[in-house]
Amino acid sequence: MATVVEKTVSAAVDDMDRLTWDWYLDKVVQVLMFIGGISAVVFIIGIFVFITKEGIGFVADAFDFKEFFFSPNWRPTSETKETYGILALIAGTASVTGLAMVVAIPFSLGAAIFIAEFARGKTRELLKVTVELLAAIPSVVWGFIGLSIMNPIIIETFDVPVGLNVLNAGIILGLMAAPIMTSIAEDALKAVPDRYREAAEAMGATRWQVISKVVLPAAKNGLLGAVLLGVGRGFGETMAVLMATGHAINIPTSVFDSVRALTATIATELGETAVGSTHYQALFAIGIFLFVITFIINLTADLIVRGIRKQ
Amino acid sequence: MFAETELNQKNRRTQRLFRILFGLMTLALIIPVFLILATLIVKGGPAISIDFLFTQPKNGMTAGGVFPALLGTVWLVIVALLASVPLGVAAAIYLSEYAPDNWLTRAINLAIINLAGVPSIVNALFGVGAFVLFFKFGTSILAASLTLAIMTLPVVIVATRESLQAVPHAFREACWNMGATRWQTIRRIVLPNAITGILTGVILEVSRTAGETAPIMFTGAAFFLPFLPQSVFDQTMALSLHLYVVATQVPGVPEHLPFGVALVLIAMVLIMNSLSIALRMYLRGKKKW
Repeated sequence: MATVVEKTVSAAVDDMDRLTWDWYLDKVVQVLMFIGGISAVVFIIGIFVFITKEGIGFVADAFDFKEFFFSPNWRPTSETKETYGILALIAGTASVTGLAMVVAIPFSLGAAIFIAEFARGKTRELLKVTVELLAAIPSVVWGFIGLSIMNPIIIETFDVPVGLNVLNAGIILGLMAAPIMTSIAEDALKAVPDRYREAAEAMGATRWQVISKVVLPAAKNGLLGAVLLGVGRGFGETMAVLMATGHAINIPTSVFDSVRALTATIATELGETAVGSTHYQALFAIGIFLFVITFIINLTADLIVRGIRKQ
Repeated sequence: MFAETELNQKNRRTQRLFRILFGLMTLALIIPVFLILATLIVKGGPAISIDFLFTQPKNGMTAGGVFPALLGTVWLVIVALLASVPLGVAAAIYLSEYAPDNWLTRAINLAIINLAGVPSIVNALFGVGAFVLFFKFGTSILAASLTLAIMTLPVVIVATRESLQAVPHAFREACWNMGATRWQTIRRIVLPNAITGILTGVILEVSRTAGETAPIMFTGAAFFLPFLPQSVFDQTMALSLHLYVVATQVPGVPEHLPFGVALVLIAMVLIMNSLSIALRMYLRGKKKW
C-alpha cells in the first residue's frame, strides 16, 4: 500500500516537473519581452552612438572649442573662411525658450491649480480633455499659425516691419508647451495625499490656505519637474521655431529681432550638405550638443520628480 | 452657529480672488487656441472638398489637392506602427509583469523618459545616420517610419504599462494558482483585460506619428513627388511636410491652400485624439473592479 502511494506521488511530481511545450514557450516569451524591455535603452544609446559617429569627424578635426561656443558667426558656406560658431544660435534658442517660459510657467501652473484644486466634476473633466487635445496639435501647425496668423497681428499691433521674431516664436512655443506643463503640474498636485488637505481643512483652513500653505509646498518638486520638462521641450522644438522666428542669425537685443534656433539650423541645412563634409559633420555636432543638453534637463527633471515620490 | 468674523471674511475674499485668477489663467490658455482654430477653419474651410482630399497637387503645388501627401502619411503611420506596437507592448509587458526592482529596470525607465524627450530633429539625425546610411535603407518610407517608431515608442510603452498595471493583481494570482505559466496568465487574463487601454495608447501614437515633421524631412519624405510610393523603399510625400512646403517653400500659393492643408492635418490629429479619449472614458465606465 505504502509503495502504491509513493508511486502515485512520485508520478504526480514527475508530471509537474515535466518540461512541457508551455514551459518552453513561457521561457521563450520571457526572453522576447526582455528584448522589448531593453530596446528603449538600446535606442537611447543607439541615438547617441550614431549621431556621434557622424559628427565625431568635426569634433576631432575642425573643432575649435572657443569658436564653436563663443563665436556668433555661423558661416558654413563662406567662400573665404568657413566659421562654425553657434553662439548666436544658442542665443536664438535661449531667447525663444526663455520668453516661452515667461508666458507658459505662470499660466500653466495657474491652470493646473485651478483644474486640480478648484474645478469640480464635469468642468474639471472638460478642462482636462481640452488641455489634452491642445497638447496634441502638431508642431508644424503651430509653426504655420506663427507664420500666417501671429505674423500679421504682431506687425499691426507693434508697428514693426517683420512679425517673425522672438516675440512670435516665444508666444507660439509658450502656447505649445503650456498644455504639457499643465498636465504634469496637475499630476504633481494630485500626488499630494488627500489626508494633508483634510488635516488642514479640519483646522479650519480655507481652500486657498490649504493650497498655498500645504499643497504647493508639498508639490513643489513635481512642479519644478514640470517646468524643467517644458524647458527641455522648448529647447528641442524644431518646426514651430523654424517657421516663427524669421530664421535670421542674430543675437537678439529686443523681442522684435528675428533669430535662428539650433534645431532649425539643422532642419534647413542638412538637406543641402554632402554626406561627410565638414558642414554636415558640424550639424551633427550641434545635434550632439542638443542631445546632451536635453538629456541633462530630462534627467534632472526625473530626479527631482522622483525625489518627492520617495518621501 | 458662529458669527462670521472679519478674518473669516478676509479669508473668503482671498479665496474667491484666487479662484477667479486661476480660472482666468486657465481660460487664457484655452481661448487663444480656440480663436486660432476658428481662424484656421474660416480660412481653410473653403479649400476643403472631396476633390481636395483625393486629387494630386497641380501647377507646382499652387493648386489641386493633397492626395499623395495624405496617402504618404497613412503609409508612414502604418509602417511605424508595425514596428513600434509589438516592441512597445513587449517592453510594457516586461516592465509590468516580469521586471524585478533592480538597476536594469531603473535604467529602462530612465531610457523611456529620455527617449520621449529627445528633440525631434536629433531623432532625424539618428534616422539619417542609422537607417538611411548605416543600414542602407536610403531615404525611404522604411527609414522614415522606423525613425518615427523609435520616437513614439514611449507613448505606446507608457499607455500599455498603465493599462496592464490597472488589471488587479488578484486576477493573476488566481490564474497562477490554477497552475498556469506566466505567459498563459498574461495571454489569457492580463492582455484581454488591458486591450482597450492599449488601444487608446496606439491611437494616441497614430496621432503623434501623423503630425511629426522634422524626423521625416531627411529620412524619407520628399517635398514633391509626381508618383505614388509603390513599396516601403520608395520616398513619399507626407501631410505634415506638405504643410511646411506649401507654407514656406513654394512661391505664389493662394492663401487658402496652406490653411486647407493645416486644417486636414489638425482634423486628423484631433479626431484620433478624441477617439482615444472617448475610448478611455467608455472603458472607465465599463470597468467592473
